[in-house]
Amino acid sequence: MTRTEYPRIGETVLRETLPNGLRVAVVPKPGYRRRYAFFATRYGGMDMRFRLGGTWYDTPAGIAHYLEHKMFDTEEGNAMQALSLAGAEPNAFTANSMTAYYFDCTEHFDENLRVLLSFVSVPYFTQESVDKERGIIAQEIRMTEDTPDWRVYKNLLSCLYRTNPARVPIAGTVESIGEITPETLYACHKAFYAPSNMLLCVVGDVDAEEVFAAAREVLPAAPGEPIERDYGVQEDMSVFQRSVTFPMEIAAPQFLMGFKCPAGEAGEELFRQSLIGELACDILLGDSSPLYMRLYDEGLINSTFGGDFDQLPGVAYLYAGGECKEPERVAQAVMDEAARLAREGVDEAFYQQIRRSNFGASLRSLNSFENIAVGMADGAFRGFDPYRFPELYDSIGKADVEAFLRENILDGRRAMSLLVPAKEGRA
Amino acid sequence: MQVVRKELFPGVCLNYVHATKFKTGLLSVQFVTPLDEAAAAPGALLPAVLHRGTRQYPDMRALSGALDRLYGSGLSYTVRKKGENQCLGFIAGFIDDAFALDGERLLEPIAELAGEVLLDPVTEDGLFRASYVAGEKDNLIDAIRSILDDKRDYADMRLIREMCHDERYGVARLGTEEAVAALEGGALFDFYQNLLKTAHLELFYCGSAEEARVRDALLKALAPLPRGERIAPAPAVRRGAPPQPRYHTETMDVTQGKLAMGWRAATEDESAMMLANLIFGGYSNSKLFLNVREKLSLCYYASSAYHRSKGLVTVSSGIEFADYERARDEIVTQLESVRLGDFEPWELEGARSVLISAVRTREDSAGRIEENLLGQAATGIRETEEELIEKLAAVTPERVAAAAGSLTLDTVYFLTGEGETA
Repeated sequence: MTRTEYPRIGETVLRETLPNGLRVAVVPKPGYRRRYAFFATRYGGMDMRFRLGGTWYDTPAGIAHYLEHKMFDTEEGNAMQALSLAGAEPNAFTANSMTAYYFDCTEHFDENLRVLLSFVSVPYFTQESVDKERGIIAQEIRMTEDTPDWRVYKNLLSCLYRTNPARVPIAGTVESIGEITPETLYACHKAFYAPSNMLLCVVGDVDAEEVFAAAREVLPAAPGEPIERDYGVQEDMSVFQRSVTFPMEIAAPQFLMGFKCPAGEAGEELFRQSLIGELACDILLGDSSPLYMRLYDEGLINSTFGGDFDQLPGVAYLYAGGECKEPERVAQAVMDEAARLAREGVDEAFYQQIRRSNFGASLRSLNSFENIAVGMADGAFRGFDPYRFPELYDSIGKADVEAFLRENILDGRRAMSLLVPAKEGRA
Repeated sequence: MQVVRKELFPGVCLNYVHATKFKTGLLSVQFVTPLDEAAAAPGALLPAVLHRGTRQYPDMRALSGALDRLYGSGLSYTVRKKGENQCLGFIAGFIDDAFALDGERLLEPIAELAGEVLLDPVTEDGLFRASYVAGEKDNLIDAIRSILDDKRDYADMRLIREMCHDERYGVARLGTEEAVAALEGGALFDFYQNLLKTAHLELFYCGSAEEARVRDALLKALAPLPRGERIAPAPAVRRGAPPQPRYHTETMDVTQGKLAMGWRAATEDESAMMLANLIFGGYSNSKLFLNVREKLSLCYYASSAYHRSKGLVTVSSGIEFADYERARDEIVTQLESVRLGDFEPWELEGARSVLISAVRTREDSAGRIEENLLGQAATGIRETEEELIEKLAAVTPERVAAAAGSLTLDTVYFLTGEGETA
């Protein structure tokens, strides 16, 4: 077991890698009643094509999410029920490159942890149970498709990318999930739910040795086979489509603009790049930027306007948007502001202000057990330590942000996703 | 967890919670006023206008710059409905002094800033700056229209509007589009002056600072606040259901139907009702989840909520249009089984342990502590975590069945697709 102290943020992490390759991180939280366990696999909506034992598999869109739904089934019944009975609230999510199962509780933590480790590592599907889930997931997909925020985001990625699976919906479509069988689910579980592809993170006032012991005793001894993933060819920096307009039953038009950026490699540089991207986004168009205030005062944007920088396997982009009646004018203003910053440079005092603000935001996010665990998993899967953000902020200067803006906020890198009200005049 | 509650001056109370485990401190300043149609729109508009600028920081850029320099402290305005009261004000979140890079103190400047935003707005000709009022009116109207964008929230909101149309509880949290459009600068400023003089004010702090330091910072920040009698929050009034349930159907271009149902509870046994609600549809092992969703695949989601102060139980679900009658009948059947005591010991014990655990972990989140204390101030339901846990531990299956038995269906709302018949 290694114990790492992070005095600048008042945190400690206990880490261990088991003989089967599973990484375990325990984040002690004395004084909290709540105990939280998070068991994640590096497998998400984007992992549709992979090689296992010499064979390439092409699996349908939405399979990682479908598998997540079915993992709660056990031979004895349902793990959700078992956990709830002991006072735990279990849940799960599937993201682009991660699937995670978690619970929190106050009592019976060790017992609940063993249930979590067991149901996630032992698949149990039947044709009947898999068929029955299809209706539930189809409803979930339909509901998501009715959500404007999701639609405007997904359409943006489909504009930015030609072939990268980031453009495919995580849950798939009602059609794509029609092809999913128990056999494919078992194959995907075998490929991606092996200990060496997973991370267990526990946050709370717990005994770390008990956590390591539970993982050693419940999980299989074999690490699993190495997996090769295929996200398609590395795309160039041109966008697939300049813009797409989609009618929806919404009150006000919405838009999201995106700029395609070079995808980073794994490791600490990737993390540093994401902090630079976030700083650049806030300096360009964040709440306290000159641009934000000007657009807000002119009534072109409202408080729904915002942006961020995101990185997924083989993909990186800066995006911004919100409710807006004149998206093209806002997009042009963003381009002009980026050009001004590239020309004149970023004001040093403003840069320090935003850096301090983002440092505070990173620190504040550590109040959330969920954020801590997701960060630990993300860091483990991509090769960096998320608690090293104070040191990374030290290493970043305004020249990094200026370079980022100069190289990425360019018209040829830009795509627009627009939602318009399906019918005018509805109250 | 210990809450120290003290009246600073008449109608102004400080709720103080000492905690060292968080990375941050939380400070909240909330006016609590009885909900009514006339006050809803100005009440929702006011904090947004105040948030635009103070005399010292007259625009958004100056204000957010000040917050950035305080390590990205948040100072957000809130408009909440608690029981039959509207709660409006500001919540500040700021990093604990221990992590400040230059050893500076953050509580005092944050309290001062919150006081300025509340009491010292930028004005012109004795009123709020006209362009700020106009801009925030547009934004509020957009926000009211946007409720429509999330069909689940929209359906749940419509149910309460229909069910409680002549009660305070049925007043829309943000007011109506028409009321906002009709608001003038003079009327908004009068509303503000009146609020400062007469509205009950609740203050909250949770963090590592000592009580005296918090009290001093707040007394200084709120020094300009007028002193005098203040109007107490409105207690929630419980009513019975009509002799026959009311049915409302609305049509829109959507791909999934939304079914929302509401009941009135005629019981004072609130802890039993909390558990009955959980068994019925309040968590992932509830009858609605296990039967209506999992076993029958009738919907993607179906969950129930107990509006404790008002004595209502509501169900929210997403279904295929064609399944409307089946889903509705099945939801009623599941409630019937709770009423008949037709639930296993594990269903009650599971519900009980989830609820007790949720109450216990409240002290792990400053936001949840504030939310709960504000609710207590607004509804008058005062109890500690330990008291509630004790009450929940004592509930018997018979009491759960009796609480569920006191429910009467009041209103059914269905949002369906175009060309569908309900």
